[in-house]
Amino acid sequence: MQSPILPILALLPLAAAILLLFLPAAKRNLIRGIALGTSIVTLVFSFIAFFAYDTAAAGYQFQVSAEWLPALGIGFHMGADGIGVAMILMAGLVVFSGVMVSWRVEDRPREFFAFLLFLASSVFGVFASLDLFQLFIFFEMAVFPKYLMIVMWGYPKTKEYGGMKLTLYLFLGSMVALIGVLAMYFGSGLHTFDMVALEKAGFGLEFQRLWFPFVFIGFGVLGGIFPFHSWAPDGHVAAPTAVSMLLAGVEMKVGVFAALRAGLMLMPDGMRAWAPLILVLATINVVYGAFIAMIQKDFKYVIGFSSVSHMGLVFIGFATLTPEGLTGAGLQMFSHGIMTALFFAVVGMVYDRAHTRNLNELGGLFKYMPIAMLGFVVGGLVSMGMPGFSGFIAEIPIYMGAWKTVPLVAIISALSIVITAAYILLVVRRVFFGETPEPIKAGLSDITIMDKIVVVMLSLVMIIIGVFPSVIVPVIESGVKHILVLVGGA
Amino acid sequence: MPAFTSDMLTSLIPETGLLVLATLLLVLVLVKNEKFYIHLDWITAAGFTLIAVLAFIFGRPAEEPRLLWGEMIRVDRAGYLLSLMVLVGGALTAVFAGTDVTVGKKPEFYLLLTLASIGLVLMGTSANLIMLYLAIETAAIPLYVLAGIKYRDAWSVESGIKYLLFGGFSSAIMLYGFSLLYGFAGTTKIYGMVDALRASGTPLAAIILAAIMVLAGFTFKISAIPFHFWAPDVYQGAPTPVAGFLSTVSKAAGFIALARILINALGVESGNVWMIILAVISAASMFIGNLLAIPQKNLKRMIAYSSIAQAGYILIGVASGSEFGFSAAIYYLVAYLVTNLAVFAIINWIEYETGSTEISTFAGLNRREPGLALLLMIALLSLGGIPPLAGFFAKVLVFGAAIQSGMVWLAILGIINSVIALYYYLRVMKVMYVDEPAGSIKVDKLPVVWTVALAVCIIGIVLLGVVYSPWYNFITLAAMGL
Repeated sequence: MQSPILPILALLPLAAAILLLFLPAAKRNLIRGIALGTSIVTLVFSFIAFFAYDTAAAGYQFQVSAEWLPALGIGFHMGADGIGVAMILMAGLVVFSGVMVSWRVEDRPREFFAFLLFLASSVFGVFASLDLFQLFIFFEMAVFPKYLMIVMWGYPKTKEYGGMKLTLYLFLGSMVALIGVLAMYFGSGLHTFDMVALEKAGFGLEFQRLWFPFVFIGFGVLGGIFPFHSWAPDGHVAAPTAVSMLLAGVEMKVGVFAALRAGLMLMPDGMRAWAPLILVLATINVVYGAFIAMIQKDFKYVIGFSSVSHMGLVFIGFATLTPEGLTGAGLQMFSHGIMTALFFAVVGMVYDRAHTRNLNELGGLFKYMPIAMLGFVVGGLVSMGMPGFSGFIAEIPIYMGAWKTVPLVAIISALSIVITAAYILLVVRRVFFGETPEPIKAGLSDITIMDKIVVVMLSLVMIIIGVFPSVIVPVIESGVKHILVLVGGA
Repeated sequence: MPAFTSDMLTSLIPETGLLVLATLLLVLVLVKNEKFYIHLDWITAAGFTLIAVLAFIFGRPAEEPRLLWGEMIRVDRAGYLLSLMVLVGGALTAVFAGTDVTVGKKPEFYLLLTLASIGLVLMGTSANLIMLYLAIETAAIPLYVLAGIKYRDAWSVESGIKYLLFGGFSSAIMLYGFSLLYGFAGTTKIYGMVDALRASGTPLAAIILAAIMVLAGFTFKISAIPFHFWAPDVYQGAPTPVAGFLSTVSKAAGFIALARILINALGVESGNVWMIILAVISAASMFIGNLLAIPQKNLKRMIAYSSIAQAGYILIGVASGSEFGFSAAIYYLVAYLVTNLAVFAIINWIEYETGSTEISTFAGLNRREPGLALLLMIALLSLGGIPPLAGFFAKVLVFGAAIQSGMVWLAILGIINSVIALYYYLRVMKVMYVDEPAGSIKVDKLPVVWTVALAVCIIGIVLLGVVYSPWYNFITLAAMGL
């Protein structure tokens, strides 16, 4: 059965982006309206995809396929498993939030929203792809909007450096992954890029050992895996708010999702062979990222490094290859996406009003923007893994999985919980409490109604999932079951 | 001598048509009446287009490749495809030349363009070393003049002379290589030369020596290492439309002829000694082109270096020696044709508006002409290999061909170069979208023919990058028939 949900999600933003570029630049409200309308439609469809997903049936649902280039076995094939629909819902929420918080972009809004929607199309496309070639196309489509949005609307002091660094790192990573993808194509002998078929290719152990790192690390660069993480803080800080939200919230998940789909799921033996190294790298991610976040003086860098730390947990979850670890990784991908988008949104709201992100120059903002502060605290609690919030139900299974495989990893990475609590509480105190320094007082005001909607919506999602994990856990688990079959029931 | 057949005529539609057009233009040169010269650009373009349509419909080669005209010409899909590429590229070049201040109203320019095109079409179909050499020279001599046609401009004259000297030098070496091959094989027929060489018992070292001389001549045509030195100076000094023509159509013809010789005269296959030689040329071209492109301040010069690197990517496909590799190379050539013509067209237009091709003159292009900035961005991203554009699929194909032939190292060098190249393309995009222009710049409205021609390029870039099947299947057949 052909279902239109996934193609609409992936292609509607693209169509809207092209339409926007053809509109006259002066029609700003029309342009904003189209962008918002598109993001609402994709949000609705992402909810439909999430709630219509049949967890009992599991497997890939909403499948659509068509011929593309049969001579090379390239097809148009979309479909989503449990992890896919969870990612789609997360992306839908973040894209909608990104459009909302960018409402007041005054410099060339036409280009801004067109590129933002282009980025949205790219992320939905990756999450919905079942054809490796098509996945790669969607993955790479994000290169130019990322770069241009950072250099055009980013933080003036670092935008050129941060934008170029981010783009080249990610492009190099994806090109390395491309070599691995092509090797799989020729190595399988199946003459197809279809991932459902490649899952059954049964690559030899030597082959998997050789090519797994190309694919997994290549895509993993976008997930911020150590030592290829340094683009992330620099890029996220240089980017404008909505792009930081999408980059850290969704794009990093695109990286780990592609690493999961093309690396772990197609070459499970390779994952097993390389798991010790991945565990070591990911543990460094978790602990080192948290430590570096603690010593930052810039509000946005704190969040940038906290992403590096939290993404490490996803990689640990993958590398355990246990049901708990994988489920936790899926949940963490969702939870971190929402959380970090909320963080960056609040950072942007603060910066727009205070015109500084230096933690020493901020203070007492609670009086001016209480909702933003509440949102940040909710995000902070998620980040620390407090029970009752989505971070808890995501991190506990990861630690359980790690404990089952290599207890030392669980012990060391659990240190990060303490460090995270330290830097989050430190930031909350410095930014939102205490005296407001004189220089920033003039610009302070409460956040707009659209900002409030975003903050409340994202906070609620994290609380709902924390209190009622049954909303999402079965969906993720249905995806994990399929992965475990491929891995061989480890 | 076989009897005269109708496909002997249809096989020469492009050449005959171009000859008629050239005669017409020659008459106009002699008339010396200024009022005929206003519409030369679209008259020439219309002529090229008409010939392209005729060739497309009536010149379609039969399933089986055939040798015609005393086995001088081979009628096959590769030659057919190249003739269409030359005709479309020539038509676009004629349109883009129309606004050029110095050459736009000169009938000599259009005449030489047409004459060069005849040679380029013949390069794609020649099946005999002598015929091939004549074709190469027929194309080269008008191109030397075209490069130096702005005779009051010292850069252009230098460019013309440099091109002539390099061209003469390299074609002399190539001719010597041809004569050695003839001496060893006892024939000048390209088809069957492999067997003749094997039968003659010539030592491999001698054949390789001759082959390297032949290759030297071709590296000049395709602007690859080691005969690439002319490219930056010539591209920068020559009129912009000529540079565009040189970098796309002329390069494509060079590659098709090279592929024919490699496969049929030298016996290139996967896994033999030629692969290493070609792979080394390819890797060196990519690195030298891309690294030297980074510091350039002039966009034409930067694209010239990038064009050396692009020749390197295409050579990856040729070096893999498989049918898949040759298909990849041809796909790349088609993608490169539309992409680079678009780049040069926009450079040409900015040069018309501002009188300069420095990268700094592109500052603020997004604010003053958002459409053009978008088109240039699309073309640059296609050069950089970003989906869903032509250059992306072409790169995937050549890298895939390298991996299939077991040359993973070459593919890895290719991706490293893709990253280097993206760096300088992105910098140009940054200038267009972020930097502020130095002063106010007059903005002109694009003529209608220009809009049509640019649309052809951009639609080509997108179609080649999104819809693969029709082109890929045809190109595979063309590569198989080489």
